[in-house]
Amino acid sequence: MSRPSADVIVIGAGVVGAACAQAAARAGLSVVVVDRGPLAGGTTGAGEGNLLVSDKAPGPELDLARYSLERWARLDETLFQVGGPVTPSGAAVTPGAAHPPQPGPSSGGGFELERKGGLIVASGPRSLAVVTELAAAQRAAGLRVDDVPADRLRDLEPHLAPDLAGGAHYPQDAQLQPMLATARLLADARRHGARVLTGVEVTAFLGRGVTGVRTARGDLHAGAVVNAAGPWAGAVAVLAGVHLPVLPRRGVVLVTQPLPPLIRHKVYAAEYVADVASDQAGLESSAVVEGTPSGTVLVGASRERVGFDPGLPVPVLRRLAAQALRLFPVLGEARLLRAYRGYRPYCPDHLPVIGADPRVPGLVHACGHEGAGVGLAAGTGSLVAQVLTGTVPDLDLTPFRPDRFDRSGVAA
Amino acid sequence: MSGGTFRFDGRPVPFEEGQTIGAALWADGVRSWRTTRLAGRPRGFFCGIGVCFDCLLTVDGRPDERACVTPARAGADVRPGGRGDGWAG
Repeated sequence: MSRPSADVIVIGAGVVGAACAQAAARAGLSVVVVDRGPLAGGTTGAGEGNLLVSDKAPGPELDLARYSLERWARLDETLFQVGGPVTPSGAAVTPGAAHPPQPGPSSGGGFELERKGGLIVASGPRSLAVVTELAAAQRAAGLRVDDVPADRLRDLEPHLAPDLAGGAHYPQDAQLQPMLATARLLADARRHGARVLTGVEVTAFLGRGVTGVRTARGDLHAGAVVNAAGPWAGAVAVLAGVHLPVLPRRGVVLVTQPLPPLIRHKVYAAEYVADVASDQAGLESSAVVEGTPSGTVLVGASRERVGFDPGLPVPVLRRLAAQALRLFPVLGEARLLRAYRGYRPYCPDHLPVIGADPRVPGLVHACGHEGAGVGLAAGTGSLVAQVLTGTVPDLDLTPFRPDRFDRSGVAA
Repeated sequence: MSGGTFRFDGRPVPFEEGQTIGAALWADGVRSWRTTRLAGRPRGFFCGIGVCFDCLLTVDGRPDERACVTPARAGADVRPGGRGDGWAG
């Protein structure tokens, strides 16, 4: 296989790689996306599609989340109108196809973006204190947060259990359908000249520094390579001879049968905030519950550091179901359609890795977003395109720099 | 071979002993019995083996029964659709 040169090769056709490819292609760069699997075949396809500011304390990740929310809103206004419908492979739909896709209920972009808002709920006074403290800090940082006393919770969510202690409402939290978003982004990238190669594994980097990649189907040459390989980004970095401590954190999601609208917001237990930031290796779980436009209700979130163990343990499913019922007793009547699991790509300091790697000229990272990759993808794509075109990034990338870890993996 | 009839949307549908409601509906020429929530597209069998929950209908007042795995029973009152249908118009 002999391929003409591109400006940029993006490794990974998940939502982060797709966002990087789309932003780079829109910036006028020629782009090739390679993935050893299908589109959205890794972490992207195993998530819930959260665009959250609520679970982030003030700091660089919250800044990135807010920036990314703006970028998603912009994409929602631009993606669908330009080229019309796409199939899950990112290809344009043949005219006259049997089922022309319908835009989502509140979305112009064709990826079911819903500005539904988030609601953190506390079951007792101790967890309510944690919620209130976090909300105060976020409010001071400019986030929109409303404290919700116990007797107002059911105004927002009528089916919540009646004995909860209170919570906080985040109008800016949103949700989208990650696989649709990935397909839309890559379709837009292709309309701007990008090529997408699926089922093609990168086996080595070419050149001193990085001047391309070797694949099972031949060499690809480019001025820069973006590592958007999700939980496998550490292995990609090894191919380039550098250490990048991105590791998998397994999570499980339960999917109910389609139901009438019961749950309006993304609703989650206060304990979830602590779990996200935790360094424990054992099982942690806290209820995260949301409806989708297709009527299913998604229930997460568990966290386990068990490598790429492919298990879907019944005790974890049972625990998640019980925690969801604690918040929403009405779900006791619902049957589960299925459960799935995926691997969040996490770094020891729980921040993503974004930007040029000073150790390897030509290598740019866009990985390590843990459980927030969908939410952070649009912003990451814009920032990576700015790095690739040599313009000043909209955000300071210092907290996300790739060489911040020493050999032990602890942020320096 | 015994069997009987159940009522589907008010009219009798014959079935053979051991047939599921979905199989009996198919044999009677009925291909869809619910509509999608947003676009109102017709739905009936998809997987046919109890996995996809696309073939939901209401049996004797119980919503969201899967037509493909629910045995037909004489005299049952079967209605199209389940709880999740048509809420968005």
